[in-house]
Amino acid sequence: MEQLKTIGRELAMGSQGGFGQSKEFLDLVKSIGEARSKAEEDRIVLREIESLKRRIVEPGIPKRKMKEYIIRLVYVEMLGHDASFGYIHAVKMTHDDNLVLKRTGYLAVTLFLNEDHDLIILIVNTIQKDLKSDNYLIVCAALNAVCKLINEETIPAVLPQVVELLGHSKEAVRKKAIMALHRFYHKSSSSVSHLLSNFRKKLCDSDPGVMGATLCPLFDLITNDANSYKDLVVSFVSILKQVAEHRLPKAYDYHQLPAPFIQIRLLKILALLGSGDKQASEHMYTVVGDIFRKCDSSSNIGNAVLYECICCVSSIHPNPKLLEAAADVIARFLKSDSHNLKYMGIDALGRLIKLSPEIAEQHQLAVIDCLEVRLLPLSAHDTNHFVGNNAQCWCMTQDPDDTLKRKTFELLYKMTKSSNVEVIVDRMIDYMISINDNHYKTEIASRCVELAEQFAPSNHWFIQTMNKVFEHAGDLVNIKVAHNLMRLIAEGFGEDDDTADSQLRSSAVESYLHIIGEPKLPSVFLQVICWVLGEYGTADGKFSASYITGKLCDVAESYSSDETVKAYAVTALMKIYAFEIAAGRKLDILPENSVIWHMEDLYFGKSHFLLLQCQSLIEELSASHSTDLQQRAYELQAVIGLDVRAIGSIMPSDASCEDIEVDKSLSFLNDYVEKSLEKGAQPYIPENERFGMVNISNFRNQDQLEVTSHSLRFEAYELPKPSVQSRTPPISVASSTELVPVPEPSYYRETPQTASVPSSSDTGPSGLKLRLDGVQKKWGKPTYSSSSASTSNSSSLKVVNGVTQVDGVSSGNSKTHETSYDSRRPQVEISEEKQKLAASLFGGSSKTERRSSTGHKVAKASSHASEKLHTSKSTAIYSAGNAVEKPNLVQPPPDLLDLGEPIVASSAPSEDPFRQLEGLLDTTQDPGTFGGTKAPDFMALYAETPASSHGAGVAHPLSLNREVDNLIPGLSNVSSNTVHGGTTVTNPSQISKGPNVKEALEKDALVRQMGVTPSGQNPNLFKDLFG
Amino acid sequence: MIKAVLVINTQGKPRLTKFYDILVLIDPIAYENFLPFSSQRRQTVEKQQELLRSVFGVLCSRADNVSNFVEADSIFGPDSRLVYKHYATLYFAIVFDSSENELAMLDLIQVFVETLDKCFRNVSELDMVFNYSKLHNILDGIIFGGQVMETSSAEIIRAVEEISKLEAASNSISLVPKTVSGWRSR
Repeated sequence: MEQLKTIGRELAMGSQGGFGQSKEFLDLVKSIGEARSKAEEDRIVLREIESLKRRIVEPGIPKRKMKEYIIRLVYVEMLGHDASFGYIHAVKMTHDDNLVLKRTGYLAVTLFLNEDHDLIILIVNTIQKDLKSDNYLIVCAALNAVCKLINEETIPAVLPQVVELLGHSKEAVRKKAIMALHRFYHKSSSSVSHLLSNFRKKLCDSDPGVMGATLCPLFDLITNDANSYKDLVVSFVSILKQVAEHRLPKAYDYHQLPAPFIQIRLLKILALLGSGDKQASEHMYTVVGDIFRKCDSSSNIGNAVLYECICCVSSIHPNPKLLEAAADVIARFLKSDSHNLKYMGIDALGRLIKLSPEIAEQHQLAVIDCLEVRLLPLSAHDTNHFVGNNAQCWCMTQDPDDTLKRKTFELLYKMTKSSNVEVIVDRMIDYMISINDNHYKTEIASRCVELAEQFAPSNHWFIQTMNKVFEHAGDLVNIKVAHNLMRLIAEGFGEDDDTADSQLRSSAVESYLHIIGEPKLPSVFLQVICWVLGEYGTADGKFSASYITGKLCDVAESYSSDETVKAYAVTALMKIYAFEIAAGRKLDILPENSVIWHMEDLYFGKSHFLLLQCQSLIEELSASHSTDLQQRAYELQAVIGLDVRAIGSIMPSDASCEDIEVDKSLSFLNDYVEKSLEKGAQPYIPENERFGMVNISNFRNQDQLEVTSHSLRFEAYELPKPSVQSRTPPISVASSTELVPVPEPSYYRETPQTASVPSSSDTGPSGLKLRLDGVQKKWGKPTYSSSSASTSNSSSLKVVNGVTQVDGVSSGNSKTHETSYDSRRPQVEISEEKQKLAASLFGGSSKTERRSSTGHKVAKASSHASEKLHTSKSTAIYSAGNAVEKPNLVQPPPDLLDLGEPIVASSAPSEDPFRQLEGLLDTTQDPGTFGGTKAPDFMALYAETPASSHGAGVAHPLSLNREVDNLIPGLSNVSSNTVHGGTTVTNPSQISKGPNVKEALEKDALVRQMGVTPSGQNPNLFKDLFG
Repeated sequence: MIKAVLVINTQGKPRLTKFYDILVLIDPIAYENFLPFSSQRRQTVEKQQELLRSVFGVLCSRADNVSNFVEADSIFGPDSRLVYKHYATLYFAIVFDSSENELAMLDLIQVFVETLDKCFRNVSELDMVFNYSKLHNILDGIIFGGQVMETSSAEIIRAVEEISKLEAASNSISLVPKTVSGWRSR
C-alpha cells in the first residue's frame, strides 16, 4: 500500500522532472517492488528482457523511446541479469548528436562495459571527437567515459586531447582532465610518465578545486617516490596554511570547515613527505599544530581532519608537543560515545604506540581515568602501564560491534608483550572461536600463533594455546605454522636446558593424547599430533608403546580418507616400534615373527588386540592406492625386521634436529647440480637416452629424453664405428646397455681397442636377459610409479654393475666386452682417476639420495630391491636392477644429469670438478660407500662367485681413497653379500633379516632420523623445519 | 581511492551500483587465465550480485548503535574498507582503500544524500529508481574516477541543473529535427 502511494507520488514527480517514463517502466518497477520472492522477481525481469530484446531491434524507434530502453537495460543489469544484447545499442547511442542521448549512451556504456570489452574500440573514435567538443558537458561526459573505458592500449589515442583539456577554460573540465590523467597513471604509469610535471604545474591552478584535484595524483606519485617531491613540502605547507586559515572562497567550506577534503589530502601527503625526514617535518609542525587547535571536534568532518593530523604526526619526525596534542585528541575519541570515533581512536592509538610508547604511556592515565569504573576488575590483574589500554580494549572486545572489536584486537596485537600475552591471546582465541568468518579467523589464528611463539611465558601455556588454535582453526592456518610447532617441540625454545625441553615434549605428548580422541580434528593438527607422538610419545616412559601405537592406529582408522594423516601415523608407528626395539623391548607385529609375537602376548596381554589392529592397518596400507602409504607400510615392516643395532642407527631417538648439516649439503648440491647442468652435464644425457632407447619396457620415456639427447647421442656413437655394427641386433643391445650404461665415456676414449675385441657368446646372456625383461615389468611397476627418488641407488648400482660385471664375467656381446675392456684398463693404469670416478659416482648417488630424502622415499627403492633379492631367483636380481633403473628414466633430466656429471668429469683430464665434488660430498660419504658395496653384491649374485672379488676390487679403491674406516665395512659387506647371494637363491624366505636389507636401510639411516618427512610432494618441509 | 558506491534498499535490492575499480569485479581466476571476455563479463555480473549480497548481509546484520565502518577485506579483496549509512529504506555504502579517511567517507555519503535531498525535495527510494540518469549525474559530480571531486552540494546541484537545462533544451530542439526527419522520411 505504501508502495503504491509512493508510486503515485512518483508519477507526479516523474512528469514534473520532465523525463517522463513510460507506463511500462513504472509497471516494471512496481511489479518488481511487489515481487514476493527472488524467483518471482527473476521471472518479471526475464520477461522484461525478452520484450526489450524484441523491441530494441525494431526499426524506427523514436530516440526518446530508445533512451528509455537503454535505461531499462541498465536497470535490468543492476538487478543481476545479463543485458549484453543491448550493449551495442548503448554504444550506438554515444554517437548521437543529441546531448541527452549522448549522455545517456555514455552513462550506459560506462556502466555496461569495462576497459577490456571488445566494443570499446567502437567508442574510442567518438570519445576522441567529443573531447574536442565545444559543449563542455559533452567533454565532461567523454572524460567520464575515458576514466572507465580507456585501457593501456587505447590511452595514446586520447592522451593528446586530455592533455589539451588541462588548459580548458572551465575549471570543471580541468579538474576532470587531471583526474583522467591520474587514471591513466593508474592504468599504465609509463604511458603518462612524460606528463607528470603537469600535475606539479596544475597545483598552482587559479581554481582551488583544480588544485584540490591535483592532490590526488600527487598523493599517488609521492607514495611511490617521496624523494622527488621533497621540494614541494613548503608549497604544500603553505597551501594547507591558507586553507586552514579560511583563505579559500566560502563555497569550499563544508560544515563551516574550510575545504576539509583538501586538508585531509594535504595532511596525507605531508605524512608521506615528512616520514623519516626531520628537516621536512620541521616545516610542518606549526601548521599541524594550528589545525589541532582550530579544528572543530564537534562535527564528523572535523574529527576526520583531526584523525588525519594524528596520522600525520605519527608518521613524521616526532615532535613532543604535537604528540601530546595527538594524545589529547585520542583521549577525546576514546571517551566519545560514538563508535565511529572510538574506532578512529583505537586506530590512532595503534599508530601512536608504534611510534613512541612513552607518550602513549603518559596518556594512559587520561584514558584510565575516564574508564575507571569499567577498569576495576582488570587493573588488579595487570599492573603494567598498558593496563589502561587493555582494560579499555576489554570493554570493546565485549562490544557487539564487530568492526570495533577487530580494530581493538589489532591494537592489542600491536601492544602485546610477554607480560600481557596470556590475557591477550586468550581473548583472541575466544574471539576466534566465536566468529564464523573464515577470512578473519585465519588472520587472527595466525596472529595468536605469532604472539604465542614470540612471548610464550611457559611451555605448558604455549602447547595449550597452540592446541586451541589448531583445534578451532586448524584447517585455516598455514601448514608452516604446524611445521614451526613441530620444530619448536623438537628443538625446544633455544635455551640449553634439556629438562625444560623434555618437559615441553612430555606436556605436549600428554595434551595430545588427551585431545586425540576428540572427533573431527583438523588434518594439520593431527599431523602435528602424530609426529610428536611418534617422536616423543615413549620418550619419557610415561606411556607405554602399545598405548601410543593404539592411539595412532585409531587416528589412522578414523581419518581414513586423509592420506597425509595416515602417512604421519604410519611413520609415527614405525618410529615407536623402532625405539622400542632399539631399547631392547620386543614388540612386533609381523606374522612371520609369530614367536616374538607370542612372547609379546605373554608380556603384555592386552596388547594383543592392538597388535592385531596395527597389523591390519599395515596390511591395509600396503595394499593402498597411495604409493606413499604403501611405501611407508613396507618400510615399517622392513624396519621391524631389523636387529637392534641396525635400528639404532636408522632411527636414533630424538634425532629429528640433528640432520641440519646434511640437509644443507643437500640444497648445496642442488645448486651444484644446476650449475653443472649449465656447464657441461650434457654428456650424460645420451646415456639416459640410451636407456630409454634400449629399454623395451620404457617407451614412454623416450619421448621425454629424445629432445635433449639427440645431439649428444650423435656425438657418442659416431666415433667407434666398428662397434656400432656389433650392436645392431636390437635385443642384445638392449640387454647389454641396460647393464653397462656407464662406461660409455671411457668406451668413447678407447675406441681402437674396442674394435679388436671379438663379440662372442651373444645369444646366451641376451636370452637370459630377455627373460628378465619380463620379470622386470612385473617387479618394476611399483618402483617405477612409486618414487623417482630411487634413482640414486639404481644408478650407482648400474654403474658398478656394469663395471664389475664386465670384469668378472666374460659373457655378453661385443658391447659388454668393449666396456669391460676399458673399464679394466683405467683401473689398472690410472687407478687414481678410477678412484675418483668411483668417488664421484658414489658421491653422485649419495647426493641424489640426499635429495630424495626429502621425499622420504629412498628406503622404498632399497626395500624393493632387497625384497626382490629374497623372493626371486638369481635371474631376478637383474630384474631388480632393471626395476630400479626404470625410475631413472622417468626422472627429469636434471636428476639424470646430476648423476652423470661427475662421471663425465672423471673421464676428462681436468681434476678440479673432483675436488669440488669431494668437498661437497664429505658429509655424505657413508651412503656413497654403501652404494658402492651394495652394487657388487648384485653383481656377485649374477656371476655366482667369481665376480665377487672384482666387486671388492671396485669397492676397494674407493674406500681406500676416501676413508680407511669405510674400507673394512665395505669389504666385509661385499664378502658377506656374496655369501648371502649364494644362499638367497635357495632360501629366499629367511632373508628378510639379512644384511642386505640392513644395508639398504642403513643407507637411509640419516634420512630416517628426520622421521618427519610426510610426503614427497612436500619438499618445503625441511626448509620449514630447519631452514 | 574509492572502489565502489552502492545503494541498496533494506530488502537487498540494489538501487545504485557504481564500481570504480574494475579489479573488484573481475573474477581473479577468469582474469588470470585469460578466459574469453564474455565469460569474464558473466563473472563480473555474477560477482557484482555476489558482492551486493554479501554487503547486504553484513549491513543488515549490524545493529543501530554500532560504528559505520566495516572491514571488507573478505568481500572486496585486501585493503578494502566499507563505510555505510542507513537512511530510511536505503543503505548507502562506499568501498575504498587505505588512502581515504573513514570519517571523511562518511561525510561524503552525507554530501551525496544532502544533494539528492535538495534535488528531489525529500528524496525517497523511488526518486532514485526513476531518475536513474540524474542520480548518476549527481554521483559523477561528487566522485570522478574513484576520487572525491566536489563536496559542496550547492556546487553539485548547480552543475547538475546546468546539465538538466541543457538536456531539456537539446531535447526540445531535438524534437523538431526528429519530427522533421520523421516527416521527411515518410
